[in-house]
Amino acid sequence: MTVETREARQPIILLTPALSTIGLLLIVPLGFVVVYSFWLRTATGADQVGFFLDNWVESLTDPFYRDILLNTIKIALITTVVCALAGYPTAYFIARSNGNRLVLLLLLMLPFWISYIIRTMSWINILGVSGAFNWALMSVGLTSEPIQMLYNEATVILGLVHFLLPFMILNVYVSLEGIDRTLEDAACSLGANRWRAFLEVTLPLSLPGLAAGGLLCFVLGAGTYITPLVLGGPTDAMFANLVFEAIITQLNWPLGSALSLMLLVVLGAVVMVYNRYLGMTQLMKGLQ
Amino acid sequence: MDNTKRYERLLERYGNGDLSRRKFLGLLGAAGLAYGVQMPFSKGALAAVSEVRFDGWGGVVSEAFRKHAFDPYTNATGINVVDGTFGGGDEYLSRVKASQPGEYNIAHLSGVFDYARYHNLGLASELNEANIPNLANVIPKLIDVFRNVTGGTLSCVPYDYGTTGLAYNRKFISDDEMKEKGARILLEEKFKNKIGGWSDWRTRIWYGSLQTGQNPNGAEDMDAVWDAIRTHRDLALKYWNSGAELMSLLAEEEIYVTEGWSGRIYALQEQGHDIGYYDPPNSFGWQECLFVMKGSPMAECEELLNFMLERDTAVAVAEGQNYPPALDPNKVDLGKKVPTLPAFDPTGTLNGLTFADPAYWNGNEAEWSKTFGRVQKGY
Repeated sequence: MTVETREARQPIILLTPALSTIGLLLIVPLGFVVVYSFWLRTATGADQVGFFLDNWVESLTDPFYRDILLNTIKIALITTVVCALAGYPTAYFIARSNGNRLVLLLLLMLPFWISYIIRTMSWINILGVSGAFNWALMSVGLTSEPIQMLYNEATVILGLVHFLLPFMILNVYVSLEGIDRTLEDAACSLGANRWRAFLEVTLPLSLPGLAAGGLLCFVLGAGTYITPLVLGGPTDAMFANLVFEAIITQLNWPLGSALSLMLLVVLGAVVMVYNRYLGMTQLMKGLQ
Repeated sequence: MDNTKRYERLLERYGNGDLSRRKFLGLLGAAGLAYGVQMPFSKGALAAVSEVRFDGWGGVVSEAFRKHAFDPYTNATGINVVDGTFGGGDEYLSRVKASQPGEYNIAHLSGVFDYARYHNLGLASELNEANIPNLANVIPKLIDVFRNVTGGTLSCVPYDYGTTGLAYNRKFISDDEMKEKGARILLEEKFKNKIGGWSDWRTRIWYGSLQTGQNPNGAEDMDAVWDAIRTHRDLALKYWNSGAELMSLLAEEEIYVTEGWSGRIYALQEQGHDIGYYDPPNSFGWQECLFVMKGSPMAECEELLNFMLERDTAVAVAEGQNYPPALDPNKVDLGKKVPTLPAFDPTGTLNGLTFADPAYWNGNEAEWSKTFGRVQKGY
């Protein structure tokens, strides 16, 4: 075997374990989901094997699914914007703080040590009728009756922001950390005040991090079903809840497969658009 | 045949001259090699059954099972009971469908309609009733409905029964008002955002039928039922998804009125909450069974079922989970607490309870569960 041949084979050999894992854990199951989406559910709940387009026709033409999908995108977008507005100043503060940066980063990671479901349910104890917030309001005499704050779209967004904010902060922080701070000083020395230097120099340079955080928040937010289930009212469903119901409640795995692929295509399209204009490199930085 | 016997036979054949020394040593070596390289799984498969998996509803129900049935059973037999939980029969069925035969063994299923669904999907086992002598003490009516589904045989033993009636906070709703309004109290505008409801499509349609004055096992005007469900949805603060959530919503006064499971409401009352419970006419009665999945270790499962139907075990579990046991009060002394539980029928006939007709509900399941999914989300 020549040296060239051996060198050409080395990447394949080194990549084999990773590619095999991805193939087994991602590609093969996805293939099953694709196959399932063309089957049919019978009246008894059993699946009818075959090639039927019924689930796809229903998923793509029924306005019910379209409306819930649009609502999901709306909620995910609002969540992303709120995360960006709340996350950027926080990330900026951490990046510019001296000495205690590690402690702040540790505090940022702390919520990940608690189960996402527990974190979501904690809002019931905070915003519930007997929760801490209502108790505080009544204790200081601001209200005589507890205010109904839970189980609506706003609390769903709140729960999502709580879940996704660290992802945004970390991405923006990584981006801000990579900016040469002397650039701001240079802008100031040329006559810009601090605010203008931030707007003209720091913000544009940190946009890739903001975009990466936004992408993560959007994709994760649009794919969640626990938050609307725990914090939403009767009509606050997101698209993943439809997949859950089709598969779990209605035992209609074929339709659930078609719906989940639909969501995958939409979110995949968002990722592709991001990759086309900003590239995935920044996202990788934020995840490291 | 075990390995020792196999070696003894080889030695005997060698001793009788049927095998050459070379062949005898070769076979012995091959046997040793086979034993040495066998997988851990095969050792497990050859071993006696050491555990049985049981899945139930969680919360106080699972606690009662664990304390009064599983731990004593393990102490008595050495067989460990691994218990899991589920939020509803649909969710559990989905898990079973995705599993391998034998992975799930016994489930605490609710309603004859679930029993029929499992049977229709080919998941039903066939119990050897001779191994469950305590079945003789069970209310006959509860057994017969299951036999009718599976052609005379049984895949489960009935275990308890209860109702899904109306639970209300007495601070805001009086007993008289509840009795006067019955199921329609869930459509009262003045309780907007203080009304709850289970996210289960059957319960919603059952109560929609009651609210529109129809037979819950044979509604003729489904449009009216869906309208009632929509009205309830618009007034409701939250559809609850589990017994724990039901108890939390009532205890925290997030909601004042909802349908509720009789045993869970009794548990709230025991905790000191002033929550009333009322079964309106044709309230949703149900029976629960211990269903054995196809592919389970039958002898061990039957032993566990018989153990759980022992009078002392069944009464202790009933007192723990607050649902009357399936044991016939005419044959078995059920103690002091059980007769005080909601839905308890001292006659053992259960004529006062309305159960879901499995043919009616399962026949409409595909359409109604899907429609409810849409109505629930504002359509």
